[in-house]
Amino acid sequence: DPGQGGPASSRSLWSPWRLLPCEPWPLPQEPLTLPSPPAEQIRVKPDKTGVVTDGVKHSMNPFCEIAVEEAVRLKEKKLVKEVIAVSCGPVQCQETIRTALAMGADRGIHVEVPAAEADRVGPLQVARVLAKLAEREKVDLVLLGKQAIDDDCNQTGQMTAGLLDWPQGTFASQVTLEGAKLKVEREIDGGLETLRLKLPAVVTTDLRLNEPRYATLPNIMKAKKKKIEVIKASDLGVDLSSKLTVVSVEDPPQRTAGVKVETTEDLVAKLKEVGRI
Amino acid sequence: MVGGSVPVFDEIILSTALMNQVISFHDVSGILVCQAGCVLEELNHYVQERGFIMPLDLGAKGSCHIGGNVATNAGGLRFLRYGSLRGTVLGLEVVLADGTVLDCLTSLRKDNTGYDLKQLFIGSEGTLGVITAVSISCPPRPKAVNVAFLGCPGFAEVLQAFSTCKGTLGEILSAFEFMDAECMQLVGQHLHLARPVRESPFYILVETSGSSAEHDAEKLDGFLEQALGSGLVTDGTVGTDQSKAQSLWALRERITEALSHDGYVFKYDVSLPVERFYDLVSDLRARLGPRAKHVVGYGHLGDGNLHLNVTAEAFSTALLGALEPYVYTWTAAQRGSVSAEHGLGLRKKDVLGYSKPPTAVQLMWQLKALLDPRGLLNPYKTLPAHA
Repeated sequence: DPGQGGPASSRSLWSPWRLLPCEPWPLPQEPLTLPSPPAEQIRVKPDKTGVVTDGVKHSMNPFCEIAVEEAVRLKEKKLVKEVIAVSCGPVQCQETIRTALAMGADRGIHVEVPAAEADRVGPLQVARVLAKLAEREKVDLVLLGKQAIDDDCNQTGQMTAGLLDWPQGTFASQVTLEGAKLKVEREIDGGLETLRLKLPAVVTTDLRLNEPRYATLPNIMKAKKKKIEVIKASDLGVDLSSKLTVVSVEDPPQRTAGVKVETTEDLVAKLKEVGRI
Repeated sequence: MVGGSVPVFDEIILSTALMNQVISFHDVSGILVCQAGCVLEELNHYVQERGFIMPLDLGAKGSCHIGGNVATNAGGLRFLRYGSLRGTVLGLEVVLADGTVLDCLTSLRKDNTGYDLKQLFIGSEGTLGVITAVSISCPPRPKAVNVAFLGCPGFAEVLQAFSTCKGTLGEILSAFEFMDAECMQLVGQHLHLARPVRESPFYILVETSGSSAEHDAEKLDGFLEQALGSGLVTDGTVGTDQSKAQSLWALRERITEALSHDGYVFKYDVSLPVERFYDLVSDLRARLGPRAKHVVGYGHLGDGNLHLNVTAEAFSTALLGALEPYVYTWTAAQRGSVSAEHGLGLRKKDVLGYSKPPTAVQLMWQLKALLDPRGLLNPYKTLPAHA
């Protein structure tokens, strides 16, 4: 029997609410743009198959952090019963899951992928994993970041919804529970679009949904005792193979210095000289 | 901060901005030799690419020159870990008032041959010679940096937390900064920076830098458990990634900015014995009462350096009178320094006497007369007018 504070009349019809905010495997740090702590430079591997991730500090995708925050807020409002944090990737994922636990998630699931194979795990593979987990754990809501800031694919949430055949509310800037439905306000090019989704559903978070909390010390300590289950994709019957191959990863071309000119006549002459006009 | 490089009468301005070349960098020893006009942040990038960092870091890094840093013996945020420029600078090339080029630009860690002349020029604020090149020892770039932001219930707990830090974190401690509740309120009000922990009378920022992420995380966890368990700290958070760590540092680094939005700011930068640190702030608050808008204390507690700031709607000579010489006499009574890192420049040259005895000032005049008899170098600054 679900606790107090939830949607009123239809409460007894629903199984206990579970929430599954997910993040893709944690990401290498971005290069520093602001001063202070020493910078971590992102480097392309000499064989051009990707970027160097060995020894680079990994952290939670910022949009996924917003998803975790939203999940925890729903739990604090007593609208959901349990928040499970999931991450799919190499061993560094566990640190990220711990951060989610410190923010207020109840338990974690780490779908372990060896580092050597992690490069080939893309949105479709993660979506397959999440779909299977959503079914296994019988969740009512899957919350993800709208996209990962390393590949900017913006596909995992949508694919997960497709595989589960669940409704989706993407680029959410506001999420409200209205009885058995979820009202999602989405940021779209033309402005804001409001959808009503029947649960269970998939929601992906955008920047303006919330400001993630800092994990406080007492919660960081408590998080150490929370459970993280470690499983393999094969335990879920998921095939992680990909039909995509990365052909090459290269640095963007070095920017050459600009040229200053004195007058507009000089500017026109220069543009003609380089064949731009 | 004290008008040391501001022309006030009939001076000619000399800029070393075009002397911005790195002369050499030895990547085993980490010794950098460069011209005085190199910008600190650019030097940091240069040595970072080679696995090192500059031994100092400050808010003005994007524009300050290394020559100026040495001439003012700049302190900054890495002081606790890497020490003073007096230790990290290995050699200088200086042009004297008569045009002599003094080449003391060695890159040796140890050289006890005669008097250590470079120490005269470090911190001399350009009054004894013009620094044209610097040889400086750079530490290896830490592989793991952690930032924790904690709330303390009282100043006694802040001091105990510092002792505990030194004991449990030991060699990986790289910064220990403190700020009071008023500072937090001001950065929230004027800069809309969110308070990351429960409201507390004091906040401390602890940074660790080391070569092993696992080892450092373990030590930090140990410290946090101990501090939380013993009530030294009532709440806290750890920067779990670089952007979080920067946000936490911003709470401390942007206090000056927040103060400037609060009104006219009277700024004091003093060195005091740590036990009496906050007493000056409390005393001043009581003394000024409603005449001041805010009286705040923050700073490099690990270095014994308090930044005391008083804000008011506008400047008033009455308020200045209530502040000075009270702050200076208070500091002098604790045998503290009336200018811990900002120097004397124009604004504090006449208060030198609060922290140095007359015999010391006398010797300073003699050295100045010896090295610059015609008073060409940065006149009207640093030393009080000769009696």
